Amino acid sequence: MTAGIPTPTIPNPVRPAFTPSGRDDTVIVNIGPSHPATHGTVQIIAELDGERVLRTDVHCGYLHRGFEKECEDHTWHNLIPYVDRLNYCSALINDFAYCDGVEQLMGIEITPRTKYLRTLLSEYSRICDHLTCVAASLMELGAMTAFLYLVTVRDAMYEHLAALTGARVTYSYGRIGGLAQDVPDGWFTRLEAILVEYETYVARVHAMVDRNRIFIDRLRNVGGISTADALHWGFTGPILRSTGVPRDLRRDTPYLAYAELDFDVPVGILGDNYDRYYVRMCEMDESVHMIRQLMAMMPEGPINVVDHRCVFPEKTLVYSEIESLINHFKLVMDGPSVPEGDIYVAHEAPNGELGFYIVSSGGGVPHKVHVRSPSFVHMGGVHRMLDGHQLADIVTTFGSVNMIGGECDR
Amino acid sequence: MLALAGRLKSEFAFDLFLDVTAVDWPGAPLRFEVVHHFYSTVHKVRVRVKQRVREAEPVVDSLVSLYGSAGYMERECHDMYGIRFRGNDDLRPILLYEGFQGHPLRKDYPKQLEQPLVPYRPPQRALEREL
Repeated sequence: MTAGIPTPTIPNPVRPAFTPSGRDDTVIVNIGPSHPATHGTVQIIAELDGERVLRTDVHCGYLHRGFEKECEDHTWHNLIPYVDRLNYCSALINDFAYCDGVEQLMGIEITPRTKYLRTLLSEYSRICDHLTCVAASLMELGAMTAFLYLVTVRDAMYEHLAALTGARVTYSYGRIGGLAQDVPDGWFTRLEAILVEYETYVARVHAMVDRNRIFIDRLRNVGGISTADALHWGFTGPILRSTGVPRDLRRDTPYLAYAELDFDVPVGILGDNYDRYYVRMCEMDESVHMIRQLMAMMPEGPINVVDHRCVFPEKTLVYSEIESLINHFKLVMDGPSVPEGDIYVAHEAPNGELGFYIVSSGGGVPHKVHVRSPSFVHMGGVHRMLDGHQLADIVTTFGSVNMIGGECDR
Repeated sequence: MLALAGRLKSEFAFDLFLDVTAVDWPGAPLRFEVVHHFYSTVHKVRVRVKQRVREAEPVVDSLVSLYGSAGYMERECHDMYGIRFRGNDDLRPILLYEGFQGHPLRKDYPKQLEQPLVPYRPPQRALEREL
């Protein structure tokens, strides 16, 4: 310690998570928050009896960036790059869910082409997200080849999305009332090629993993959860479906163009790690099926609605006529005028129900934007899947939950 | 609130507790609006329940006895708005840290206010010499 620098008094950051158990033969270990297997920053405090986990306390918040506070200080448009950074594995779905909420508050109906494009890109993002999750959780079990196969496909998709949006991960592609721009020439041709590539590699992963003794031993009957328990703890998405109930917002309360698509909702049987792996793999196949249908039915036409309250005027008009210049100026300085009211919009994100609760007090800046993020809710109940299993199973179970720090801690 | 949520769950099959948050309306006689969202996987409908509480006594019923998922979300709402949940005895900070002063999502909490856990270090000597 250098002389002259005062020694800081740091309060103990975590109060004891447990009441004393009354046993003197157990040990309490701390896992994380910064650990390669915690997929970001999450802390698990576990009481162990030998190698068996007796109880756990899951603690998050290490990645908290004040997203909701920041939202109250920016115009409705300027939030789009922020919502990108919630679930950064499928940023487009966040964009579209947020824009959908604001559009519903403003009473805007998006154009048919935008509706189909958003649906297509949502499914494309779902594949990226599931690929990331499955690849990472297989790698944690030692399957380096499966990991590389899956991220090869994912990288092709990232590059392909970069050709559309200009960014690999955080796209900022949604706009209130439309999209940033239309798809470039040849984009759909390349999409079809990537889907074929996807099928090749995913078939190889199925062949290597599905009936592999090592994976079955590590995944079957590990981290299982019942349907009743899953609902009690608020689980949605693939985790809830892996317990055997076909609960999917795309089917139950269709939004965008999902009502017109033909798709199945894959479900599991036991709700364990193997089922979660398999449900995700099947959901990707369904997404590919949907993307092919959407490409066939993609209508021509404009992507942005005609609404001066939120859509920016053409650049050539901004430079040539005063009304468009003022319109542009007002949209940048004051933001789109969203009528007073509140709304809750939920989209089926790859991890579960992604809800935006948006409150407007009638200005260019939101009064409140609250995110119901699936990862955060899942962290509240993940101890039900960890308790009673082995210490080493924490890694596999945690991987199958697919906690994304950005949307969990916001 | 607890009785209402109990009826929602048992009579109307709202089996999924989605979300709880609060909205701050500074200056209003009942400043905080606590908003609950429920979903029924049977009927596939949502319901939103709002209740207003006074700033001096921001207390509402906790739903942890009905829904396990309420625990974490009530902790977050307590962090951000200082709403207390009657019946939830585990309101430890979840997104913030132990010892954080105030409730950052209240409108009167300045956005730029910093509360670093570890104080900023003065510039290192080697750097100072170079400058």
